[in-house]
Amino acid sequence: MHITRGFTGRPRVDDPGLPPGQYDAGDDWPVLSAEVTPDLAPADWTFRVDGLVDAPRTWDWEEAHRLPPSAYEGAVHCVTSWSKFGVRFSGVSLDAFLDVVRPHGSATHAVAYSHTGYTTNLPLADLTGGRAWIAWEYDGRPLAPEHGGPARLLVPHLYFWKSAKWIAGLRLLDHEEPGFWEQNGYHGRGNPWEEQRYSGD
Amino acid sequence: MTDTFVPPTRFAVPGRIAVGEQAAAVWQTATLTEIRRETPRAATFRLAVPGWPGHLPGQHLMVRLTAEDGYAAQRHYSIASAPDDSGHIELTLDHVEGGEVSGWFHTVARVGDRVEVRGPVSGFFAWPGDRPALLIGAGSGVVPLMSMVRHHRARNLTVPLRLVVSARSPEELIYAREFGAETTPVFTRAAPEGVPVGRMAAAHVAPLLAERPPGGWEAYVCGSNSFAEHASRLLVTAGQPVDRVRIERFG
Repeated sequence: MHITRGFTGRPRVDDPGLPPGQYDAGDDWPVLSAEVTPDLAPADWTFRVDGLVDAPRTWDWEEAHRLPPSAYEGAVHCVTSWSKFGVRFSGVSLDAFLDVVRPHGSATHAVAYSHTGYTTNLPLADLTGGRAWIAWEYDGRPLAPEHGGPARLLVPHLYFWKSAKWIAGLRLLDHEEPGFWEQNGYHGRGNPWEEQRYSGD
Repeated sequence: MTDTFVPPTRFAVPGRIAVGEQAAAVWQTATLTEIRRETPRAATFRLAVPGWPGHLPGQHLMVRLTAEDGYAAQRHYSIASAPDDSGHIELTLDHVEGGEVSGWFHTVARVGDRVEVRGPVSGFFAWPGDRPALLIGAGSGVVPLMSMVRHHRARNLTVPLRLVVSARSPEELIYAREFGAETTPVFTRAAPEGVPVGRMAAAHVAPLLAERPPGGWEAYVCGSNSFAEHASRLLVTAGQPVDRVRIERFG
């Protein structure tokens, strides 16, 4: 660590909700996707779970909305160092989808993929136990296309690149398969509290 | 399930290059060797980085500033300079209102100061100079694109390269003196005599897509999110394949 001459930084509030190296973006919600925002209507949206499961299944918009609703209220953290507090997403807990497809005991990881083709990998344990959602509303309104609408994955305890926008499916695997940013040097898991930004952190 | 997973649609243009784990993980001390004013709001900061592993045009790095009480702030910045053997890299930073890191660079930093950097990171937006490149930027979004233009010149590359860059006025056009025949500037608020004022439009983009080189263009878009949305739509509407548009949005 090298002290930077004359750098004092913003006035600090000791916020226990702010992971190391992050700042509070306040009302801003930066958009950081590498691809063209797709034109994806709810009627064309589908979500599939397959791979190491007993009963692979695809849900359409109406079918997914018949699952029990679930909401998340809290913070999200982007690897580019902004965090956003007090966000309110609603949708369905991923557990509700997994209960239907019944993952095999051998399933340890998942690749989440988007309708654009974006991919990201996650340990299955990060997607279960009420810690991950398929979200379609933000602050009580339909999720905006540039933020992943009509529906995105939400895994708020990991860096936000894991929360794939325009989510199309999950494939359960018995090994880790790096996704889009992970192949570009980013960390396999991405825990903000351990600053797992890049591969090797 | 040992086959490599294939995504269902075409995007996911794979990363252009692999990023070394070592380069991405290690913080290095960089020394500020020069500050050049570009526009009233933007300046270029030249850094000597003795252990710099090299980069490709379009890649970025992370900068970390640390206060005396241990508080650290880090930001991603695009690299402005072309790869060379000088042991230096350049960043061009806008002075963002209330910017914690850019504010330090613009108001405190002087030659001889040291900061920490790590990188280069992300191979997605990189352009090694191998394919025709259509570059579209606005404001300081021109920074990674300029690294590509400079690379093209330094290596005397013959692969087609075009740059369309939007700025509010000629005074705010970063690198104005460096642009050549490859560049079309677009001015949104004030323009030189005889040059129309207005937003980047289909008329700027369509002729470039019409002169489609063999193999087609790789498009690189960089700017604010609203600009990136607008420009990427113009490209796709004009016929650029959606899976050959790479976007770097300022967050």
